[in-house]
Amino acid sequence: MQWEIVIGLEVHAQLSTQSKIFSGSSTAYGAAPNTQASVIDLALPGVLPVLNKGAVERAIKLGLSVGAKINSPSIFARKNYFYPDLPKGYQISQYELPVVQGGNIHIQVDGTEKNIRLTRAHLEEDAGKSLHEDFHGMSGIDLNRAGTPLLEIVSEPDMRSSAEAVAYAKILHALVRWIGICDGNMQEGSFRCDANVSVRPHGTEKLGTRCEIKNLNSFRFLEKAIDYEARRQIEILEDGGAIRQETRLYDANKDETRTMRTKEDANDYRYFPDPDLLPLEIPQSWIDQIKQTLPELPQARRDRYVSAFALSAYDASVLTSSREMADYFDATLKQLPAQAKLCANWIMGEISGQLNKEGIEMTACPITPAQLAALLARINDGTISGKAAKTVFESMWNGELGKNVDAIIEAKGLKQISDDSAIEKLVDQVLAANAQQVADYRNGKEKAFNSLIGQIMKATQGKANPAQVNAMLKKKLDG
Amino acid sequence: MFNASLKQFSLQLAEKKISSTELTTEFLKRIKALNPEYNAFITVNEELSLAQARAADQMIAAGQAGPLTGIPIAQKDIFCTKGWLTTCGSKMLSNFVSPYDAGVIERFNQAGAVNIGKTNMDEFAMGSSNETSFYGPVKNPWDHAAVPGGSSGGAACAVAARLSPAATGTDTGGSIRQPAALCGISGIKPTYGLVSRYGMIAFASSLDQGGPMAKSAEDLALLLNIMTGFDPRDSTSLQRNAEDYARDLQKPLAGLRIGLPKEYFAEGMSKDVENAIEKALDEYRKLGAQTIEVSLPNAPLAIPVYYVLAPAEASSNLSRFDGVRYGHRAKSYGDLADMYRKSRAEGFGAEVKRRILIGTYVLSHGYYDAYYIKAQKLRRLIAQDFTEAYKQCDIIMGPTTPTVAFNLGEKSGDPIQMYLSDIYTSAANLTGMPAMSIPVGFGDKNRPVGLHIIGNYFSEAQMLNVAHQYQLATGWHLQSPV
Repeated sequence: MQWEIVIGLEVHAQLSTQSKIFSGSSTAYGAAPNTQASVIDLALPGVLPVLNKGAVERAIKLGLSVGAKINSPSIFARKNYFYPDLPKGYQISQYELPVVQGGNIHIQVDGTEKNIRLTRAHLEEDAGKSLHEDFHGMSGIDLNRAGTPLLEIVSEPDMRSSAEAVAYAKILHALVRWIGICDGNMQEGSFRCDANVSVRPHGTEKLGTRCEIKNLNSFRFLEKAIDYEARRQIEILEDGGAIRQETRLYDANKDETRTMRTKEDANDYRYFPDPDLLPLEIPQSWIDQIKQTLPELPQARRDRYVSAFALSAYDASVLTSSREMADYFDATLKQLPAQAKLCANWIMGEISGQLNKEGIEMTACPITPAQLAALLARINDGTISGKAAKTVFESMWNGELGKNVDAIIEAKGLKQISDDSAIEKLVDQVLAANAQQVADYRNGKEKAFNSLIGQIMKATQGKANPAQVNAMLKKKLDG
Repeated sequence: MFNASLKQFSLQLAEKKISSTELTTEFLKRIKALNPEYNAFITVNEELSLAQARAADQMIAAGQAGPLTGIPIAQKDIFCTKGWLTTCGSKMLSNFVSPYDAGVIERFNQAGAVNIGKTNMDEFAMGSSNETSFYGPVKNPWDHAAVPGGSSGGAACAVAARLSPAATGTDTGGSIRQPAALCGISGIKPTYGLVSRYGMIAFASSLDQGGPMAKSAEDLALLLNIMTGFDPRDSTSLQRNAEDYARDLQKPLAGLRIGLPKEYFAEGMSKDVENAIEKALDEYRKLGAQTIEVSLPNAPLAIPVYYVLAPAEASSNLSRFDGVRYGHRAKSYGDLADMYRKSRAEGFGAEVKRRILIGTYVLSHGYYDAYYIKAQKLRRLIAQDFTEAYKQCDIIMGPTTPTVAFNLGEKSGDPIQMYLSDIYTSAANLTGMPAMSIPVGFGDKNRPVGLHIIGNYFSEAQMLNVAHQYQLATGWHLQSPV
């Protein structure tokens, strides 16, 4: 039987506020345990939550970026359960009327566009951390993270493969960083995915029983966990078994998922509106004000690159995979107008390659857009060949000669020979010395032409302008 | 001297007839002598009280005194008070010394008032007789066989027995007004949102409201001036211009329209209470007011609605008492679930457990719509009734309680009977409207009767005027059991 995999994702994005969602404590990562836990985070008797408007603003930014509805009023609700790292015995979250409702994310897989619908995005507070090591039969509790603002972004079950799920997660990851609401640091848990996976016979409508895989903190794990889970479910069904609805954990070491809790022992969270927080009214004027602060969004910029610069859809989507890269492209292009393809090729090729190789962020790139533009200008005006430009690029990257393009070309003697009379002289010399090949070419052996080119380039150590050499040789032989 | 009004105490302090240190010492002595019998205080801390008194004396000497500077005030043990044991009447918090001050405590501190001690109360404010306190019941100063009411029973007793010039209370379903009525003192629950709930240990967040308890309406006005005000740490706190609640005290009552809800003058009210209330209403008519019958058709639903919503919120509010970070933790336990189970089973009393169970039930999957959502809808209908009634009248009156104080132990085995003590009071919590109780005489066994005065939102100044004019004309509030 042919099986179809159905995936929905829940992403927890930690919002980049300075202080927590309901208290004034810092959200900085990595402080000594419980040094960023105020009386409110500790849930002492009598303390009350006060909503951080910065968290709401960030949620609205996401909503506007995905074309969602912003609910007003929006309601905070208590999700009740006991756990030592949940100090109040309930998590303040949202249930009915989340801040963000609906919306769409466009993904591309294998050159095909697909729309993934968002169900909702709601604000909530993170829990603390339980530490089970180093306490000799006891557990330690660190409440630094308790109360950190999270935006839980829930998709519809619109993805049909792990590749689509990863593409969606990557687009969303880029988006939250693009609009500046989340630092996207997956190692520190700032962007975590839960995947709901089910399978059904191809061509059927009814959704299969789903399993939720929790806390996938890299795109690779997301992909592998989904692949494993789908295989597991298909095997069970093909053996005549049934899927049990449950929450599972992915073990990266063993590359498998295993049961965390079943539906039977799931909590009844007893959601109800938090009486300590009034319904959140979001006036249209506030939404409009936030709209003003939004940068040009990835989708819009992608479309603009295609329509205004005639870049391919692929190039446009690579360049807009992060705001830093797109900004770098724009800044380079500003110095070198009408050379979009050349700029794109170098940013996607040399710059990205080198950054990747050295594990450096775009913002720390040693070559500025202006410097790159200066280099590309020398290719464009024929001063150097593309090949020589790579040598110059390397020198610039290493900080040689103050990254001055012309100085490096000069010092390395990379200047291209573009003088027609000089080239004519070279061609004449080579033709005179290779009478046999000239004859071969005239007898129809096309290969001989390339051999003659090679001779000329060799004589100039590759510095002759290849286009000019080509034209001159053709003129001499055919003319 | 213990019968003096706040104004008189303030005058004596200003005229240097007595210092705050001397005044505080006198009250501390009286508490030491009488509290073993009354059990009105859970914690007395002479050192901390006297330190505040000395600081107040300096303020007075420096000419920086306000109306309450140097005057002892008893604080209900529900308000977190820095450096003080803050138990909320529970074993669960019997070891909890608060590291911070509640908003209300801060305001009294800034005013230079002296915290004379933390008063006894029903456990987590759940009770109408003060009998659910882990620290034992409080006696009614008028009759030691009777309960003082609850949950602010210690506060009411302290004021009635003149152990403190005034006290704070909190009111979730009647916890200021009912004990004020049973102990023959005055108490007001202000409009929801006027008094900060920050640091006031939550019972039912949407109903809880702090307020003053004192010998007279005039004293209440002075206390309300200190207690109310916006607190940015409480999201339900209201941002309003400060007002002087004493500004209208002297206004004559001619033309006042008093609404008498027929539902509150129906069966349920005992004869002795009815007699006292009728006499009080006669007095108001003499003062120029007219009485009009009004109807609150949904009022009889207040108790069932209250006993869905209050436990629902409480069941969640009390989840933080889990033995993990502070408070009681069982001495021995197996795993985590066992630690929770034992700590909470040992730390909470029977009434608190009952309400946690009710609350958990009504919020559970499959019951939520039938109970919680339904109750919220009825809550709105009850509020609409009052809004309608205020189109015909300026203020509503009735009995605060259906009977005078009952005997200790009389209802402690029958929760429903106990809950009915709040039959007239809980509506004001559901609507958020201000309500108060003033003493208007005595009923059976010479136990006090309270008149319930319910106002429209933010009508505190008018209510205090209505109460004060009665107190000028009568002397019930001056009667003292001691």
